[in-house]
Amino acid sequence: MVYEKSARSKIFDIVLLVVLISISITCILPLWYTLSLSLSSKSAAAAGAVALWPVGFNLNSYVQLLQEGQFFKSFWISIQRVVLGVALNFIVVPLMAYPLSKTTKDFKMRNVFMWSVLFTMLFNGGLIPLYLTIKNLGLMNSIWALVLVGGAQTIVFNIILTMNFFRNLPSVLEEAALVDGAGPWYILYKLYIPLSVPVLATVTLFSIVYHWNEFLYGLIFMTREEFYPLQTYIQQLTVAVDPSSMTEDQYKRMSELSNRTLDAAKLFIAMLPVLAVYPFLQRFFIHGITLGSVKE
Amino acid sequence: MVNKGFAKHYYLMMLPGLIWLFMFSVLPMFGIVIAFQDYNPVQGMLGSKFVGLDTFEYMFSLNDTASIFFNTIFIAVMKIVGNLIIPLIFALMLNELRHMFIKRSIQTIVYLPHFLSWVILGGILLDIFSYQGPVNQLLSAFGFDPVLFFGRADLFPFLVVGSDIWKEFGFNTIIYLAALTGINTALYEAAAIDGASRQRMLWHITLPGIRTTVILLAVLGLGNVLNAGFDQIFNLYNPLVYSTGDIIDTWVYRAGLLNMQYELATAVGLLKSVAGFILISLSYFLAYRFTNYRIF
Repeated sequence: MVYEKSARSKIFDIVLLVVLISISITCILPLWYTLSLSLSSKSAAAAGAVALWPVGFNLNSYVQLLQEGQFFKSFWISIQRVVLGVALNFIVVPLMAYPLSKTTKDFKMRNVFMWSVLFTMLFNGGLIPLYLTIKNLGLMNSIWALVLVGGAQTIVFNIILTMNFFRNLPSVLEEAALVDGAGPWYILYKLYIPLSVPVLATVTLFSIVYHWNEFLYGLIFMTREEFYPLQTYIQQLTVAVDPSSMTEDQYKRMSELSNRTLDAAKLFIAMLPVLAVYPFLQRFFIHGITLGSVKE
Repeated sequence: MVNKGFAKHYYLMMLPGLIWLFMFSVLPMFGIVIAFQDYNPVQGMLGSKFVGLDTFEYMFSLNDTASIFFNTIFIAVMKIVGNLIIPLIFALMLNELRHMFIKRSIQTIVYLPHFLSWVILGGILLDIFSYQGPVNQLLSAFGFDPVLFFGRADLFPFLVVGSDIWKEFGFNTIIYLAALTGINTALYEAAAIDGASRQRMLWHITLPGIRTTVILLAVLGLGNVLNAGFDQIFNLYNPLVYSTGDIIDTWVYRAGLLNMQYELATAVGLLKSVAGFILISLSYFLAYRFTNYRIF
């Protein structure tokens, strides 16, 4: 590309760089602040002395966290949920995406299934019928309620992404395999899945993040705190008061009473898994999303 | 060419996913009948008496209904507009950047908040904007009185919209950046030879080049007019801001699951589902007509 090299253009570049870096700093500053707060002393946090660096550095809030049994119970439930959810997503999504990526010539019922599956994404019964269904199925306080309900709502989007990716694979590959006598299962597992790493990584990342972050189903399907996944557990810390009536003073006092360093430590630990998987998968998802969803 | 015997394998492949979707997406849809019943939890959906449209009449007689619909649309529309424009500006700025390493690093950082849950970000924001948090510390350093940000009904919708844009702008940039890389670089080279400045290139090459993408995203945004963001508002609100911050989804949660008004909450939820379904179908149809976009 050819660029003009005037002084004005150079100043523009520098201003641009400063603006962009400032904007990106605002995206990590709150996370950094939370870390600093969790490492500060309680009194410094209460006095509002913590800004960018921990004041009165100590690990007390993390020690306190280690003693809190429920935090780790919830952490463990979230881990189980993510593992089960991702595994099911990984099995079901390619299995559905492959037949749906066929044309009606090869798979007559393709459009009927496609529209039915899409309908479940566009329309739902609402919160109350969902709650009553889970209750009638006897899945209250079961981890399967979390895995299956959340999964059913996210697989359709993942199926569409994967299906679009499959459709963009060169059809001569499949034809060659057919000539060699391969069946549909062989083609899916030995040909399509190995070629679809970017989209499958994207879908896996979405599934991990979804199951890790979801809190509402934990709140409504689990009647006892010991079954709460981590996000639900953390969410409940902030709304421990009766929500039906509150005055401004009560609200103010509530926010002052909270143990800010301990809460910050919980929030920080809760975001660690996402921070950990994100750098490894992010190079895939940009590729996966744009290939699967935007078509010229 | 394709073996006709493959169809039975295709059905078999789709079976697990179809059962999953039926149990957890389709089955709850039958629960919609509650909206037309005088629901009695003991007798269940099959035993309760049908009352026709009584619940809907009651719903429209409530003052709450108008305000929750207004709040929902007001917040959602501001979010749609903000999430369309801010990422566009950001993508254009990023596109002008010439250092690939810095560009990649900025991208990696600004995508990050998208992957964190509103439970975590809500906790962080509530602390940062709390009475003794850093924002108020900063304000008092400049001699202003502290503000109870998330306790103020007049500020709440704007804080919600602002924090949503902050969380999502990086991620929303992806589609724009993909469109920007799709512009033929020969156009810029030709313009540079003709002596065009960078502003001219922006106006005459870059913006027309991504016009379809902008239109597409705007049209698709239409489908979200009733989705103001349950997770976010649920984690940020409190009784002080119900008047301006209560949206359909949060209201359904409180009325249905906390106050056990099953029929009313189901009726409101149903109205939202139906209207949402029509809006999304319409937006997909318009997107197809104007930009040839297809979801599959």
